[in-house]
Amino acid sequence: MDKKELENLEEICKETRRNMLKMVHCSQSGHLGGGLSSVEILTVLYQKCMKNFPEWENSPQHNDRDRFVLSKGHASAALYATLAQRGYFETEELMTFRQIHSRLQGHPAKQYLPGIEVSTGSLGQGLSMACGIAMAMKLDKNPAHVFALMGDGELQEGSVWESLMHAPHRKLNNLTAIIDRNGLQIDGSTENIKCLEPLADKLEAFNWNVIEIDGHDIMEVYEAIEKSKKSDIPTAIIAKTVKGKGVSFMENQCSWHGKAPCDEECQRALTELV
Amino acid sequence: MILDKSKTKSIRSAYGNALVEVGKENQDVVVLDADLSCSTQTGIFAKEFPERFFNMGIAEQDMMTTAAGLASQGKIPFASTFAMFATGRVYDQIRNSICYPKFNVKIVATHGGITVGEDGASHQALEDVALMKALPNMMVIVPADCKECREVIKYAATHQGPMYIRIARTNVPDIFDEDYTFDPHKAKVLRQGKDVTIVTNGETLAEVIECADILEKAGIEAQIIHLPVVKPLDDGTILEAAKKTNFIVTVENHSIIGGIGSAVCELLSENLPTKVLRIGTNDEFGQSGEQRQLMDFYGLTAEKLAKKIEKELKEKK
Repeated sequence: MDKKELENLEEICKETRRNMLKMVHCSQSGHLGGGLSSVEILTVLYQKCMKNFPEWENSPQHNDRDRFVLSKGHASAALYATLAQRGYFETEELMTFRQIHSRLQGHPAKQYLPGIEVSTGSLGQGLSMACGIAMAMKLDKNPAHVFALMGDGELQEGSVWESLMHAPHRKLNNLTAIIDRNGLQIDGSTENIKCLEPLADKLEAFNWNVIEIDGHDIMEVYEAIEKSKKSDIPTAIIAKTVKGKGVSFMENQCSWHGKAPCDEECQRALTELV
Repeated sequence: MILDKSKTKSIRSAYGNALVEVGKENQDVVVLDADLSCSTQTGIFAKEFPERFFNMGIAEQDMMTTAAGLASQGKIPFASTFAMFATGRVYDQIRNSICYPKFNVKIVATHGGITVGEDGASHQALEDVALMKALPNMMVIVPADCKECREVIKYAATHQGPMYIRIARTNVPDIFDEDYTFDPHKAKVLRQGKDVTIVTNGETLAEVIECADILEKAGIEAQIIHLPVVKPLDDGTILEAAKKTNFIVTVENHSIIGGIGSAVCELLSENLPTKVLRIGTNDEFGQSGEQRQLMDFYGLTAEKLAKKIEKELKEKK
């Protein structure tokens, strides 16, 4: 990736953040904190690393596509903004987010929007579905890669650990799990509620290939994802991030998990994102 | 109809063999189990098609959502375990990952009802049909014998949409013959009668058939409706019978709350208020015991059913 491309991706991340602010402000509902922490990850995946939509004339369901599961379904605003940036639908439609009859449901819904692989929202299930997808790819000898993005608080769900046990056992090296490690959940920090550390050690003990990165460094995100595609075993990328990244008064704040900004807050946030 | 209760066959083996049949016909059929393949008999499929069989271990939640993932890519997953574990502990997964996106997952649960026997209450699923019935997009089927089970599995493999298919632990007598066809839209009237209609499915069908013979000796003509498809419900057949006999009895190896008893009551009270007697377990947990003993204790044998229905009819007069 050259300097020009890097700058372009940084610009796209900024635009994605701006759109997210506007979306959640418009509907007065949505999850900004955990969406903003995932922006670089989603942007690098959809703009650079995943074979997806615009490669095939209007066919989001093309069989060669790489697959993505947003296990942390509440980051839907970030996913929708990313998909719009990529051309899956018009940016204007983002303003219908969470409103009645919208294709942009509060949590990603399979039947509503092309480009959504599976429905999520209830935590702890996405990785397992991603495993099922990866297994289908192996059965069909389809070289597509499967990505699942989870929250770190989400790792408190026992069902995640069932899949963490399963993927290496099933040799799903076509699967990459990315953990948005922003350190926060709703009621406080993950380490105060139910501590996850030493997370990398745990995942390695479960026979995963573990890569730890700065989740906001586009180059690091890109290199880690590319490396994971070549692994013999499933890869877990622990991406250290900041909840609410990009808006100074939202950064590292639990309160911005699911709160919508008022007019003044939205304006203030947008001026920071120029 | 001729019913030989001395000759019974394993409905679970019928399931396992049917899986092999559909597996041969369609390469997209895959099977998942949760460490119970010897009991559910998915092991029969595993032997034939090991590359398409996935033992998920003692991890039912993982099994259901993995099945969802497989279905999202066009596979036809049959996911099996005991009814208790196929519904309760995986309810969120079935609801959100299978029913909401309408994924083509077939949950085939064995060991439904009180006849799980000695394992006792923790393993006796008496609420599973109720739970599954409440889910949008979920079709609920309870086949009665081996022939019907085979036809239901063949139907499941060739029709889109989430399905919950519940089969017994017990061996069951043959009820249907070679030219039986499974109709997903219509219940089957197996016996005409004018005094009472008995609605049932699954392993209690054999008991109900025998019960009707006992009632006949007492001068009571019972109509029998076999309701293999609990959802969507065949309204027409039930309403017609209600009009004709003016008294419906539902019999199920399940709680009287939320199963076919409730389904029939819901239908009739909205359209044709009719007296309904629900027979099943009475909002209680099961217990350890031998299958026949438990059937008797919970009032599900032909003799106990006939006695209850006769008494009810006398009081009705």
